[in-house]
Amino acid sequence: MSKMKAVYGEDKGSYTAKLRTKSIILTIWFIILTIICLLPIYILIINATRESSSIANGVSFLPGTNLGKNITKLFKDVNYNTVYNVWIGYRNSFIITGFSTVFTVFFSAMTAYGIHVYDFKLKEISYTVILLVMMVPMQVTSAGFVNFMLKLHLTDTYWPLILPAIAAPAVVYFMRSYMKSSFPLDIVEAARIDGCSEFRTFVSIAIPMMKPAIAVQAIFAFIASWNNFYTPNMILISSKFKQKTLPMMVSAIQASDKFTDYGAIYLAIALSILPIVIIYVLLSRFIIAGVALGGVKE
Amino acid sequence: MASAAQRRIKSISYAKYGYLFILPFFIVYFFFQLWPLINTFILSFKDYTGDNFVGLANYKAIFRGIGTETEGFKIADRTAKAISKNFYHSFGNTVILWVGNFIPQIILSLSLAVWFTEANLKIPGKGFFKIVMYLPNIITAASVAVLFLQLCGEAENTPGALNLLLSKMGIVSHDTVSDKYDTVKFVTGTAQSRVVVMFIQTWLWFGNTMIMLMSGIQGINPSLFEAASIDGATAGQVFRKITLPLLSPIMAYTLVTSMIGGLQMFDIPYLYHKDPNKVSDNLKTVAVYIYEYFHDQTDPKMGFAGAASVLLFIVTLILGCIAFYLTRDKDEIAKKKQRKKVAKQLKQQNKQFGGLSI
Repeated sequence: MSKMKAVYGEDKGSYTAKLRTKSIILTIWFIILTIICLLPIYILIINATRESSSIANGVSFLPGTNLGKNITKLFKDVNYNTVYNVWIGYRNSFIITGFSTVFTVFFSAMTAYGIHVYDFKLKEISYTVILLVMMVPMQVTSAGFVNFMLKLHLTDTYWPLILPAIAAPAVVYFMRSYMKSSFPLDIVEAARIDGCSEFRTFVSIAIPMMKPAIAVQAIFAFIASWNNFYTPNMILISSKFKQKTLPMMVSAIQASDKFTDYGAIYLAIALSILPIVIIYVLLSRFIIAGVALGGVKE
Repeated sequence: MASAAQRRIKSISYAKYGYLFILPFFIVYFFFQLWPLINTFILSFKDYTGDNFVGLANYKAIFRGIGTETEGFKIADRTAKAISKNFYHSFGNTVILWVGNFIPQIILSLSLAVWFTEANLKIPGKGFFKIVMYLPNIITAASVAVLFLQLCGEAENTPGALNLLLSKMGIVSHDTVSDKYDTVKFVTGTAQSRVVVMFIQTWLWFGNTMIMLMSGIQGINPSLFEAASIDGATAGQVFRKITLPLLSPIMAYTLVTSMIGGLQMFDIPYLYHKDPNKVSDNLKTVAVYIYEYFHDQTDPKMGFAGAASVLLFIVTLILGCIAFYLTRDKDEIAKKKQRKKVAKQLKQQNKQFGGLSI
């Protein structure tokens, strides 16, 4: 008996030791990956504070003292602020992103509500259509899209960037799944008996109940719209500087030969990702949970 | 006897509200997505201005490099050849870039997903690692492209951070007299630039794939893992015999969606080049090819853009159908089959009893 115990104990000991070494090795590997993930962003921030000549001469992992001068150059120098103006960029990006985020979540919730709550002939067909069109990528329709917008004289306006946000099939799908699990139809029935109009039922009962789903989708819609470079770049074709979004300005840095100060370039890139990084730091928990939810549905 | 009021209430139908609620979606969808798609198809049969019909001439030019001026085409055979060559080249680039980013990405994501979900490993700060690994995915791709262009700079006098690091390690030689570096051509070199783009794509997407696969692994019945560990299975055995087979539908789905995403690859290849006005030939993907054709202000080639888009659409459609097939609800289909079988048996029984229903 005692022998058995000893053998068992020994076995258990070696097992735990094995697990511990594996854990340690994996932790080291994860730390290496973390460094790879963060290093480009870290160098970006450090270089934004350094002088152009010192950036060209060597890598440093400590911040420099040139941040103030870089800021002055980027904001005041005519050569720089005619290519990249962070305030105009923020303003334009926020206008487009804000409206499209609100439109995406509101109208997707509305569409999902319509399909979930009411019974009508085309119900199943319309839902199947939504599922089918989820896969059609923007790149396929863009030639026809631009051609159509040129004919309507809507290029160089924000309408083609904001209005399409109303039809977001993937978000509708997500909202419908959410409603299936946590929106009982009895509530609609009860509201009707109390004399609540259909639209008001949706606005003042369904939307508050769907807050978690709306919040997650709003975050993703915001990030996707903020990062969008493809659509604005093909719709805003005239070179009107006042209209450009932030990613377009960043891409203009690369095409400009007047932008020669490395510190200012790094600072410009850093400023362009700043809002999105702040949002991520504050909401990362929800974002990760949202991505995981997206994976479960399959 | 029902009163008039009661009869009226009974006849209230809420169906019209259903249509009203889904109407905005479908109107916008029609104007901004469906009609553009149809318009793309129409354009593919028109000439470079998008005004006159030319039949299948665009497809002929793209596939076989044949084109004549008599077809209202404004292009000679030589231009058509260039267009065709360009298309095959960009398609090849897309495939190379996608394969080169998908293989490391799936290996990395799968191994990380397995390790993160293994319950008996004691790794501190799992939540933190997940958050950091997902971070690249939310950063503006255009900014990432410009950032890497700076980091991978190859100028002899003012190299980027990567070349400077390599020179510190002694891989890149530095001539102290002329202060010039013998830089690695990360931007203009064919293989080097492709590797950098593959790295960026992997860097951007592995966190996302990892989280998707993790939620897939967490969806597997935990009692299977428990039973395996009681029976003394090693981690490798558990991975090969339980995780991988049960994860295969999700893996297949990831593969197909990643392929569709790969066909759309645009921001990074479009911006990652040295010459300010010309996209690098080694990185030109199909999406960039289409974009350049319809975006060209001085000489737009709507017809070619349309035809190439249609081809891209067909490929996407095939891939989408595969994804749909792989992720279909197997239980549901089995049930349907069962029901059909029962119905058939009943029918036969009915026949046996001379068509009399029991």
